[in-house]
Parts: sequence; C-alpha cells; structure tokens
Amino acid sequence: MPAPRTLLDKIWDDHLVCSPDGEQPLIYIDRHLVHEVTSAQAFEGLRVAGRRVRRPEATFATPDHNIPTTDRRLPIADPISKQQIDTLRANCREFGVRLFDLGDADQGIVHVIGPELGITQPGMTIVCGDSHTATHGALGALAFGIGTSEVEHVLATQTLRQSKPKSFEVRVEGELHPGVTAKDLVLYLIGRLTTEGGTGYVIEYTGPCIRRLGMEERMTVCNMSIEAGARAGMIAPDQITFDYLRGRDLVPKDFDQAVTRWATLPSDAGARYDRSETFSGGDVVPQVTWGTNPAQVVGVDATVPDPASMADSSDRSSASRALEYMGLQAGTPIAAIPIDRVFIGSCTNSRIEDLRAAASVVRGHSVASRVRAMVVPGSGRVKRQAEAEGLDRVFTAAGFEWREAGCSMCLGMNPDTLAPGERCASTSNRNFEGRQGKGGRTHLVSPAMAAAAAVKGHFTDIRQWRYL
Amino acid sequence: MQPFTTHTGNVAPLDRANVDTDQIIPKQFLKRIERTGFGQFLFFDWRFLPDGSPDPAFELNQPIRQGASILLARRNFGCGSSREHAPWALDDYGFRSVIAPTFADIFFNNCFQNGMLPVKLDEADVDELFRRAAAAEAAGHAYRLTVDLQACEVRDDGGFTRSFAVDPFRRHCLLEGLDNIGLSLKHVDKITAWENAHGLSPLQGGAT
Ligand code: SF4
Repeated sequence: MPAPRTLLDKIWDDHLVCSPDGEQPLIYIDRHLVHEVTSAQAFEGLRVAGRRVRRPEATFATPDHNIPTTDRRLPIADPISKQQIDTLRANCREFGVRLFDLGDADQGIVHVIGPELGITQPGMTIVCGDSHTATHGALGALAFGIGTSEVEHVLATQTLRQSKPKSFEVRVEGELHPGVTAKDLVLYLIGRLTTEGGTGYVIEYTGPCIRRLGMEERMTVCNMSIEAGARAGMIAPDQITFDYLRGRDLVPKDFDQAVTRWATLPSDAGARYDRSETFSGGDVVPQVTWGTNPAQVVGVDATVPDPASMADSSDRSSASRALEYMGLQAGTPIAAIPIDRVFIGSCTNSRIEDLRAAASVVRGHSVASRVRAMVVPGSGRVKRQAEAEGLDRVFTAAGFEWREAGCSMCLGMNPDTLAPGERCASTSNRNFEGRQGKGGRTHLVSPAMAAAAAVKGHFTDIRQWRYL
Repeated sequence: MQPFTTHTGNVAPLDRANVDTDQIIPKQFLKRIERTGFGQFLFFDWRFLPDGSPDPAFELNQPIRQGASILLARRNFGCGSSREHAPWALDDYGFRSVIAPTFADIFFNNCFQNGMLPVKLDEADVDELFRRAAAAEAAGHAYRLTVDLQACEVRDDGGFTRSFAVDPFRRHCLLEGLDNIGLSLKHVDKITAWENAHGLSPLQGGAT
C-alpha cells in the first residue's frame, strides 16, 4: 500500500515536472495571477529576451494595488500610477493575457476575484507576485507569493523552481465563541506561532474548528499565513468548498467529475506532517494588535503589554520600539485606546461575509464624530452584491465612505492613506510602520471589531455589542 | 545576472529584528516600472527626516558606515510583502550580501535572483559579528568581512571564520551568474510532456 500522503504531498507529486540531478525541482503552475505593481519588470524581461507567455489562458491580470477607489470615470491623477496601470494594459494586450481592467464589472483585489470567478480550484498550484497569494489555499490549492523574477519565470515556462517545503499541521479543536471570527483566530495563531514560526513551511489548517468555518472565513485564515512566515496556508476541500465553487464562471464544465477528483485531495489518515501544533478555538477572544507586526497582538479585554515583562531581549527591544512608534503606554487597557480612522477592506476582510458582519454592527448607529471611516469592497462583484442587499446604505447612513474595489488603505499606495500620527482600526493584514501611510498607526482587527470601534471612537469588546 | 563568488567589504550593522520589506522600500516607490534606481529610496522612512535630510540617528547614516556593502541584521529579515524591489534597492544602494540568523522565504529567494547572497548564521555568531563591528567602529574604523561563496564561509581578519549552508543549485547559479529561465527552458520537453499528460497544451489551454 502506498504511504499515506498529506494534501501538500498530493498536490506536489501531481505537479512535479522534473527533478534533474543537482537542480531544484521544477513544478508546474496551473494559475498565474498578475497585478500592476510586480509585473512590469517581468514582462519587460520577456520582451528583452524575445520570449512569450507560455500559457496566456492560465494567466489572469487585474489592477488593484495602485488604483484610486473613488469615481472610476475620473482619470487617475498620479501620472506615475497611471503609467503603471497603462503598462499592465499594454502588456496584457501584447502577451494575450486576460485582464479584468478598471471599469470591468469583475475587477477587484486579485485574491478576492480568483476564488470568486472560480479561477482558484482545489488541487491547483497558484502563484502571484504578492505574498497574500496564500489566500487561495483556503480552497485546497497550493498557493504562494513569488518575486518579480519568478513571475517572469512562470510567464515564460509555466513552471517554478522550488524545493519541496516542509508541512506544518496547525490543528484547531473546538469552536469559536459568538463574536469571535476567523480574523481573531488567525491573529491569535500568529501571536502564538510568532512572525517566523512558519518560515520554510506550508501550513495546513485542520481540526473541527477549521471545518466549521465558511469559505470566506477560511480565506481570511489562509490569507494571513505569511504573517506567521509561511509562504502558503491550506485547508482541505470539503462540501463547503464544492458548494462555494459550483456555478462560478471559470470552474470545470463537468463540475461533478471535478468534485469526485477534488474529494481525493484531503490528507490521508495517518499522513505525517513535519511539524504539528494544536490549539483550541474556545481560547480565542477578539484580538487587537498593539505593535508593528501582526504577532504583537492581545485580546480586546487585555492591556498593552509591558516590554520589561518579556523574556527575550530581541522581543523586548522590538516591543519598546513598537510602543514608541504606536504612541502607546504599557498597561493601557486596549478598550481605552481612541482611534481616528477605520478601514474595512483588503484581501483579508473585504468579502461579502465581512461586509455583512460589519454592517450588522453598524446598523442603526453612527460613526463617532472623531472618526473617519471607509469601506472598500474587495471586488466589483462584492460591491454589487452588497448594494443589492442594501449594505452600502447601512454604511453611508452611519457615516462611512463607500468606495470602489481595490487594495486601498491596506498599503496606502493610492491616495487612501493615514496622516502621520493617525490611529486606525483596520481589517487588513499588516501593521508595519508606515504601512498605511508614513507615521500612521495601524491596529489589526476583525470587521465587526472595526465597525464597533468606528461607532465608539475606541476599541470595544464586540461580545458585549448592542445590536440594533 | 551578476555572479557572486567572493566579496570583501565594510559591514553596516542594523540591530533590528523583523525588518520588513515595507521598511526596506516603502510602497510609494513601487510605482516605477524599471528594476533600477531604487537605492536612493532604500529604508526611506527610517533614513530621511520629514524635511528630506538624512536622519543622523539612523544606523546606515553613520559616516563610518558609508560605502558598506554587507548588511548585518537580526532575525526574520525581509518579512512581509513579496516585492522584489527590496533586493533591487539593497543591491542598487551597494549591498552585495545580507547576514542574519533567519530570513523570510520570499525575500531570501528574491536575493538569489539578483546576484545577492543572503547568509544565515547562528544567532550566537550574529551576536559575535555585532560585537566585533561595534568594537571596530569604537576604534574608529569600519568592520570588514569576507563572504566567500566558493568556500561557503564568512571570515574577518581577526580570527572569525564560520561556514554557512547554501542550496547547492542556488550556489551554482550564483557563482556562474546563470539565467534561471534559460536553464529551465532546457527542460521544455519535460514541461510539454507534463502538459500533454494533463490534457493541456500551450496556447490552447483546457480545463485542469
Ligand atoms: S489588499 Fe493589501 S495585502 Fe491584499 S493584495 Fe492588496 S495590498 Fe496586498
């Protein structure tokens, strides 16, 4: 009998093109997602070398990082941004790559539109010049971020040089308490695993708590794997995955046959992981980051930690630096931290379920007078769906701005940025110094927690929220 | 790609853990569509004061560290975004090698694509290098190291020698300055065979 294999083993074995002596293996790439910021130099490389895109039909592009989220009919004001987007357009035209352009009904954040259009499927290898490509692993794919040179390599060869990563089972038992979300779970896990606990590994999230998560919640969890250092995170496909995919635009025509194939993907009983750790979903409370990396996180009912209490000297100096940057005092209750801005969006939390959760908190309330709050849907589809459900009116009636799809203030490459010293409750994935604008202070939270903070003007425990 | 064989140069110590690629090259400089010219923006938000003048407190702005070509850093260097602009900026600024206890995976890969060598040494050895650099600088001169990819070792002229591990294939590509794509395309028959076995062919597509 063949040895039991993990989900990673199965996808790896199926995609191994060759493993020549003395070289790193080449693995086949099923889907390549492309955006404007990390692709121009790759296409230029092809052009210089006289190469073409090997499988344009496996390659999909959309502008998302560097686009305004205001009225799409207006021209892009920043000439350098405009040039970058025009370059993507020209490259897609020249190399025959399908582009979901600005103004296209299906444009959106690359990690939102992949699953939404059925580009992402179980068992596939998927890459993109973006570290949050791990998102697609939620559907049982092996998906990870690559650099621009590797983008060029994939465009030219449809393969990637890759040594097989180690496997890491992160098992979550039990279930989440009401009010605690997938975002809280993943922040909690990163806090325990540290920012580099997953380096060199692909994480497979398993266990009853994970199986109970809906498809979009699973995407939130896998999305942030990179914040624990893991290039990829994955969840074995199941009925929830298949139900999510059925009827989507680009799924296989013979869907039932595909499901039969996909159903063989989950790790075999007795399959061995290189490392395993178990957590309990019941231990998780709503999380708020206090520092400048996502592992610097505590529960909303806690206080800002004291660096002096940390055992490791490097943790101590990082924490002191972080508190200085964040303008926080050790011992301050998290719920006492006032905020200036709220950002609900990003590839972590801009899907319809996220917007529904935030809207249910906001309904009947108003944004605190000190706060400027915005909602940026992850894609054109999410936006239309939300509008069909009236969520946009819930947000705007409360005083939120309702924007067009894009990465927006997740990285502040477009005009949506924090001013120096501004403090933001954000549903995005990175609280690095300056991430949302130079001098800006980011606290990562779930959509419901962000919405509640917008109303209160400070963080508040969503488990005690009065829903109207 | 520029080859990397052996490099001797001055060391710039950057005593911070978790240096992310947003710090190495902030997003406002990712709009350029070239691979070159990013050095002027390296560590921009740390390096320059709001008025645009160099921040004298920032590690790399110390006069003794001008012209350094080896960056010494703490663990998890290069975490965060996949932007290859990070190694482009380090390279363009003049760094040929980065030494740290651990690196983030994508950054680590990206270095090899650009003829730059990331070297992993034990935390204790990195501590020792920080001490030696501090001692040299206190004595009024920059600390010099040799990073030797042929011998896979890092050494100074004061008795420090440590070997480091590196993937043999990556080492070979770096020593020779090989074009990775050209190398992979030598296996194009294998790629085509894989596609055929999976019912795909280039330019025609098909459902996977
Ligand atoms: S939303 Fe943020 S993290 Fe996601 S792809 Fe865009 S910039 Fe990257």
